[in-house]
Amino acid sequence: MKITTRFWISLILSLPMLIAMIVMPFTNWMLPGGEMTMLVLTTVIMLISARPFLSSAWSSFQKHHSNMDTLIAVGTGTAYVYSIYAMFTGKAVFFESAAFVITFVLLGQVLEERMRDNASSAIEKLMDLQAKDAEVKRDGKFVRLPLDKVATDDLVRVRPGEKIAVDGKIVEGTSTVDESMVTGESMPVTRQVGDDVIGSTINMTGTFVFRAEKVGDQTMLAQIVTLVKKAQSSHAPIQKLTDRVSDIFVPVVLMIAILTFLIWYVFIGHDVANSLIFAVSVVVIACPCALGLATPTALMVGTGRGAKMGILIKNGEVLEKVNAVDTVVFDKTGTITVGKPKVTDIVGDEKQVLTLAAQLEASSEHPLALAITEEAQAQKIDVTAVSDFQALSGKGVQASIDGQRAFVGNSRLLEDATIDDQLQQQMVQLQKEAKTVVLVGQRQQVIGLIAIQDTPKETSEKAITALKSRGLKTVMLTGDNQQVAQAIADEVGIDDVIADVLPAEKADEIKKLQENYSVAFVGDGINDAPALTTADVGIAMGAGTDVAIDAGGIVLVKNDLRDVDTALALSQKTFGRIKLNLFWAFVYNVLGIPVAAGVFYGFGFILSPEIAGVAMALSSLSVVISSVLLGQSKLTTS
Amino acid sequence: MVRIIVLIIGILIIGFIAWWFFGKHESETETAAVASDQQDVDILVKGGYSPEQVVLKQGVPAKLHFTRTDPSSCLDHVVFPDFGINQALPQNQEETVTIDTNKPGEYEWACGMDMFHGKVIIK
Repeated sequence: MKITTRFWISLILSLPMLIAMIVMPFTNWMLPGGEMTMLVLTTVIMLISARPFLSSAWSSFQKHHSNMDTLIAVGTGTAYVYSIYAMFTGKAVFFESAAFVITFVLLGQVLEERMRDNASSAIEKLMDLQAKDAEVKRDGKFVRLPLDKVATDDLVRVRPGEKIAVDGKIVEGTSTVDESMVTGESMPVTRQVGDDVIGSTINMTGTFVFRAEKVGDQTMLAQIVTLVKKAQSSHAPIQKLTDRVSDIFVPVVLMIAILTFLIWYVFIGHDVANSLIFAVSVVVIACPCALGLATPTALMVGTGRGAKMGILIKNGEVLEKVNAVDTVVFDKTGTITVGKPKVTDIVGDEKQVLTLAAQLEASSEHPLALAITEEAQAQKIDVTAVSDFQALSGKGVQASIDGQRAFVGNSRLLEDATIDDQLQQQMVQLQKEAKTVVLVGQRQQVIGLIAIQDTPKETSEKAITALKSRGLKTVMLTGDNQQVAQAIADEVGIDDVIADVLPAEKADEIKKLQENYSVAFVGDGINDAPALTTADVGIAMGAGTDVAIDAGGIVLVKNDLRDVDTALALSQKTFGRIKLNLFWAFVYNVLGIPVAAGVFYGFGFILSPEIAGVAMALSSLSVVISSVLLGQSKLTTS
Repeated sequence: MVRIIVLIIGILIIGFIAWWFFGKHESETETAAVASDQQDVDILVKGGYSPEQVVLKQGVPAKLHFTRTDPSSCLDHVVFPDFGINQALPQNQEETVTIDTNKPGEYEWACGMDMFHGKVIIK
């Protein structure tokens, strides 16, 4: 029978007794049939609504186990059996206590079940994002196939408004794609030939064809789902305390209850009924389910909420460690900076200098050359072919343009070219700003300069400011030289710079920092994996490699540094909520027991079994509600 | 006189509870029967798990079939933290959990509230 049905049965049958209890003092109205009616009503409740508690308690008892059902069964069973005895011997009965406790406990369970479903819905929402089918090219024609028939290397066509079925690379067409469901990035992004698309995101404007690269459980969404599932079922170290508590807790409570009875009956000399009420209250209030629910529900809501924002927290252990972090170390290239050199300044006749350089560098694969060609494209400069192309080893390249020698390269070109004072000064100035300077010239004369630099991401400065306002120390770790590194650090506001670090030494530098600080490391590349693992908390930027994602404790799907702050905030908030939940659960259980045992009897303060039942139901419920509220709470990012 | 008898009975019950719940009691262990390329174990969920310990052979795909007859909502989920499995167990319905047996070791499982525990040993 469903819990809800059991609850309604016990509620309806308890109501007459409840009304009688409330109304009697004022009107002297008695339940028709008196104790006999109570016996019948309560017996039905015990048989239908409470039987599952009793049978579960009995089967765990046979296995030398105990659980919350043991307490409910012992508590209500004692009240019920004693009342039958009391009825026939003409003493006061308390059938209604058993009935009310069952009703309240079931109410708590009904609400709790609903809340638990609520808390775990994040994963199902993620799974629902998947496309159901896709238009796949088979035998030269596009046909609609169910998702599981799509294989790698299939060509898939996506029309506007459709979901992209799997992960892949565009081979034809251009469109804007709404990736918010996976990355949390709210602005649609433009995707064209050669760009990667993520399965389950929505195609907005154009039609395109892409080649499937990852299908089934290899897709990004599938991996995110696996990760979140693992996180939600993981244990936080703080939970170890409660892990084993229930096995010890319940028997101990039973012993305390018997002691309570013995003290009241044997030593203080109360009658059996009163002494028994104290004992029953102890049993009922002590149910440890709130303790058991405190951590998992908060973990579930916290990690689920993160997943929605593109922040994947791997497990409860990470959450706990984030709390201690006082230093955040960043990899430079690709994390703070875009990871791609860009033209920042052009000195001289801008158009002429850029045209010349672009023509010369058109066929080169060098990163600096790519930066120049990109800039030329951005400024819509036509690049015509050159003749007599010649590489000047270690200096640059030269060729003949419009019958004249033109060259581009580094300062070593000055060995056989001249530069005027003004350009010379500007070159030194740019180099001081940690920029790489490219000289552009005609015949023997340098006519202009192009400065190139790997620029910080637009969001980096804000992200660093947010972390600093959180009171964290920020450090940049890089293989670049001190000058370049310092320039970038100054631009975004990083506290410390550790430069000239070989990729293999990154983990060692983290270890050195760990002697004094608790360190979080933010990185993305394969070469960051050892550092990510070494740091107390590894934060992998999701646009990075699979290896880095495996090594990180937190994965940021979106390549936005501001998410570091959000991730830290979310982790701290979730862990705070776990602690709060555990606190309240303990308060209910540990403080409730002495009150129920009648320690405060002298002050006229006692807990009847009914009230104990309400308190118990409330404790589970308040814990679950507090976890669910975590999903709505504000994340304070500066 | 009655009170003294009650006191003695009470103390005896306390002693019994301590012995019954805290004393050393062997947990039920079952080694999976390996049929050609698959191993299966049926686990009954009633007031705990029987068996409570399952021994699996490394490298052979394994399936645990949980059947919950216990009505308690305490046992309505089974959680394997190491495998990221959180499986709902509807009452009186067999639910299968597939275990990755590639890595030997001991893996615990628990009920949704972490009160009942079981263990998979892969060797």
